[in-house]
Amino acid sequence: MIITSGLKKYYGDTAVVDDVTVELPACGITSIIGPNGAGKSTMLSMVSRLLGMDAGSVTVDGLDVSKTPSDVLARRLSILRQDNHMTARLTVQDLVAFGRYPHSKGRLTIEDKEHIDRSIAYLNLDEFRNRFLDELSGGQRQRAFVAMVLCQDTDYVLLDEPLNNLDMKHAMGMMKLMRRACRELGKTVVLVLHDINFASWYSDYIIAMKNGKVVRHGDKNAIINPEALKEIYEMDINVHEIGGHRVSLFYD
Amino acid sequence: MRLLIVGIVLTIILAIISLFIGVSDVSLATLLSSSPQDRPMQVLVMSRIPRTLAILLAGSSLAIAGLVMQIIVRNRFVEPSTAGTTESATLGFLVVTLLAPGWPLMAKMLVSAVFALGGTALFLRILRFVPLREVLLVPLVGIMLGGVIGAITSFFAYRFNLLPSLLAWNMGDFSSVLRGRYELLWFGLAGTIMAYIAADRFTVAGMGQDFTTNLGLNYKRVMTLGLIIVSIVSAVVLVSVGSIPFLGLIVPNVVSLMVGDNMRRTVPWVAVLGATFVLLCDIVGRLIRFPYEIPISVVVGVVGSALFLYLLLRKRHNA
Repeated sequence: MIITSGLKKYYGDTAVVDDVTVELPACGITSIIGPNGAGKSTMLSMVSRLLGMDAGSVTVDGLDVSKTPSDVLARRLSILRQDNHMTARLTVQDLVAFGRYPHSKGRLTIEDKEHIDRSIAYLNLDEFRNRFLDELSGGQRQRAFVAMVLCQDTDYVLLDEPLNNLDMKHAMGMMKLMRRACRELGKTVVLVLHDINFASWYSDYIIAMKNGKVVRHGDKNAIINPEALKEIYEMDINVHEIGGHRVSLFYD
Repeated sequence: MRLLIVGIVLTIILAIISLFIGVSDVSLATLLSSSPQDRPMQVLVMSRIPRTLAILLAGSSLAIAGLVMQIIVRNRFVEPSTAGTTESATLGFLVVTLLAPGWPLMAKMLVSAVFALGGTALFLRILRFVPLREVLLVPLVGIMLGGVIGAITSFFAYRFNLLPSLLAWNMGDFSSVLRGRYELLWFGLAGTIMAYIAADRFTVAGMGQDFTTNLGLNYKRVMTLGLIIVSIVSAVVLVSVGSIPFLGLIVPNVVSLMVGDNMRRTVPWVAVLGATFVLLCDIVGRLIRFPYEIPISVVVGVVGSALFLYLLLRKRHNA
């Protein structure tokens, strides 16, 4: 379980994350949703120790992220931010292999190699495995990054807008993959998502943020309803139930 | 892998050829027909072998310094001479020459390395205010910083009548390399070995700070290690043979196009090609107006700038 308490981050005088105290349940998919500038990515960065906090604390399974050695955390928790601008010319295979670094420190064992093959296969990257990243499309590159994070084989996987650059087929494939990782391997996946229908369809738990604060959190059905969505997004959103799933319609 | 071995064999052949080029008559025949105390053997041991070793060491370590720099700055166009490193090392060498002329070369080299470290750290500090995605802005900033530091150096060199020495330091030249005057360059080899040992860490750092932290590495520590390698290599080469421009730029770029940026794979390539490139340029410089010599920095500068232009234009084509 990830617990944040009193988490704060200021840019100048504005609090981008303002006193966030929330629990992210272990096992299953938790989505963080909310309008632009709500502080979702900033919060995810602090949870994953990429960004220092101005106040408050984060613990992952009881480990304080700002005090635990980084290499210990790297075996528990992995993070992929959005907009990864990589200048290094690495092949997909090399990139994914570096996901094993926290475990093997560069000396790959047979077990590491199995992880690499599996991650590449999971994200359908077999035909690209010897290609350089700069020879791939945006969506293929995004999948390669996710494969790397998956190869890290951590209990907690944090992804900031993993569906960026992905077409419908691959976006769905990615979400199914996350669901599978949760069910079969007992992982905890935390996603920042913009598409509330993806959040509704695939998550178990949803955290809604607005203006740096958590406005609602709970099981997905507690969030995906017209009243809660109105509070979060300040617009009228119709929610329909189709085959047991709630689908939001917000086109006018 | 097989190609790399071909490269190593080629380097060894060139190195052997390099041993037998020069005004003094040194050849297998003269070596065998004279005793070890005679001139041919003495020239070989005192001058030719040191020179060839100096070329191999300086060439490989400078190319590695360029590689490390490009990986940690995440920019293809930086190397010690486009980041203020070389100029800072020169300033340091001038300062120590003025203040403590009696110090051994080793101590002077260390002072020079400390200055190089400071100058490069300043460069990285300035880069924080520059949008890093502007690829060409980064080396421009470095060249400007180098210009400012170079101006300070020239000013003091002028005031203390050291301009001729300054010119000599700036002009890389292997002709004055003798036994006892190049051994510091072995530190360059140490730098290369360090770069190879830490290759994975550097490759990870080259992915950026977020990836590095995610993989559990301390980004700042890797950067510092890189800076230390770059500074020591720059200082060592500067005080031993003078500066050699472009080398750290061309060789890593060519290798990147060939085998990518995974340093575990590129370090051997960069070291071998760096040595070969300087060796070739030195042989050309020695033969073109035989028995006179053209300094290595001139040959590398001419060949290097042409190659560099080619790389730049090629890049534009691909993008």
